[in-house]
Amino acid sequence: MTDLLRVDGLHKRFGELRAIDGVDLALPAGRLTAIIGPNGAGKSTFINLATGALAADRGRIWFKGEDVTRLPAHRRVRRGLSRSFQIMNIFPRLTVLENVLVPVLARRGRTGRPLARVEAQREAVGEAERILVAVGLGDRRNHPAGILAHGDQRLLELGIAVAPGPELCFLDEPSSGLTPVERAVVLDLIRKLAGERRTTFVVVEHDMDVVFSLSEWIVVMNRGRVLAQGPPEAIRANREVREIYLGEEV
Amino acid sequence: MGDRYARAFPLVAGAFVALLAVLPWVAGRYTVYLAIQILILAIFALGFNVLFGYTGLLSFGQAGFFAVGAYACGKILLATPHLLLGLLGGVVAAGVAALVLGVLSVRHTRIYFSMLTLAFGMMIYSIAWKWRDFTGGDDGLVGIPRAPIVLPGLGSLTFATVERYYYVVAAAALLAMWVAWRLVHSPLGLTLQAIRDSESRVDFAGIPVRRYRLAAFTVAGLYAGLAGALLPPLENTVTPPIAHWSTSAEPVLATLIGGMTSFTGPIVGAALFFIIKDIIVRFTEHWLIWYGAIVIVLVLGFRGGVVRMVTDHLLPRILGRP
Repeated sequence: MTDLLRVDGLHKRFGELRAIDGVDLALPAGRLTAIIGPNGAGKSTFINLATGALAADRGRIWFKGEDVTRLPAHRRVRRGLSRSFQIMNIFPRLTVLENVLVPVLARRGRTGRPLARVEAQREAVGEAERILVAVGLGDRRNHPAGILAHGDQRLLELGIAVAPGPELCFLDEPSSGLTPVERAVVLDLIRKLAGERRTTFVVVEHDMDVVFSLSEWIVVMNRGRVLAQGPPEAIRANREVREIYLGEEV
Repeated sequence: MGDRYARAFPLVAGAFVALLAVLPWVAGRYTVYLAIQILILAIFALGFNVLFGYTGLLSFGQAGFFAVGAYACGKILLATPHLLLGLLGGVVAAGVAALVLGVLSVRHTRIYFSMLTLAFGMMIYSIAWKWRDFTGGDDGLVGIPRAPIVLPGLGSLTFATVERYYYVVAAAALLAMWVAWRLVHSPLGLTLQAIRDSESRVDFAGIPVRRYRLAAFTVAGLYAGLAGALLPPLENTVTPPIAHWSTSAEPVLATLIGGMTSFTGPIVGAALFFIIKDIIVRFTEHWLIWYGAIVIVLVLGFRGGVVRMVTDHLLPRILGRP
């Protein structure tokens, strides 16, 4: 299996804090991976470095065999590397359809057209509608995204994240703030999308039930490093992991 | 504007064009002059709102581009009396200026962007004062002709009266409105609104945000340039005060009064801006105090502007809820 994403010797400091302190990691295509770890372990920082939201102090990032360490975020997206955000990040004043349409238009290189009509971009609109149906928001396409319920906004975020047609998609706590029922919906959706779209998902999660039921591979981070990685059963049995999650059911 | 008004839109637009067309026949010279001022500010504010309401960037330096348009047009008309050449030159010059200063300005957002644009605007203001050889300093440019539009082989259209020049301004305003309408309903317009809502989400949709902010800034500059270029043929002179920051405040106020969240907001706001002022100055010389008070009431009381107040609250009350 060729590695979709590979990082070598990644470092990132915020002042005195070593947020990422020497991470080597390879993420192969097609393996649904979860990144876990206590608060401040460096999970979100890792995503920010991998996707280009932050610049690494040291180390290299390879995507599909290409060095993308110095590539700006939007160009990594165009190469097939997408993400969602820990804090809700949608376009609240645009309609639900437009939220998904923006990344679809971007992938098709149509966003720069100043005098064309949005409605005339039939193929892009059709694709955006199919994505909305896939995430279960097909009947709300003309609602302003800002008035959707929290759970539906999370679904929309998923739609926006997969709309660029990524090969690798980081989901930063996709089920945070959801009820157990909504959480199940989101997880089913991730599984479904992983199967349908030829997208490899890497999910940061806190909920251990979610992590062990969803993922095929688990990466445990602690204090800016990779503490352990392996299939769920191996991680469940790992003593170090049990120690940092002391008191929790692992 | 909701779907509800979509069907009424051609009717409203048609009535507006008809009003512009017949105005000089039914109104006096003063009203026509006022209408010219309103239309120029409408163009100015419409472009400003592409940057402000649609992209989320508040520029306090638009007077600079307004002045570049006005001076460029004035210089061209003094050199060669072709009106269209002057207008086009003003638009292009302002567009180039916006493109250059935009590269530096759009590196920042929020208050930092606003302060940068204010600084650039004031730089242009001081250039208008100091660069005597080109701008005429405090004398300004004088004797600018209201040049004709030359149609090769067909003769030329002259604009001796204010009423005739009014039609040039009205045509320019309608063209500017049509282009802006197309722009904000285009994929580019959608992308700008997405940037306004969440810059990082647009970045991670694979879009180079800064380049799009620069596009919006340049559009606003082109519109400011057109508005500025329409002024010298009317007044026959250009002087430095038009570059002052208080000129930058005019499209800001017009947009806030009319509403930044509706396409027609800046246009309606431009009309109210001059009409309110025109009424107050009849009663008091301290008109600015009253003007400020009225603007505050409008902005605070009509959240989202006068246009939203009418379309979202007043009309539904009259017509009944859909």
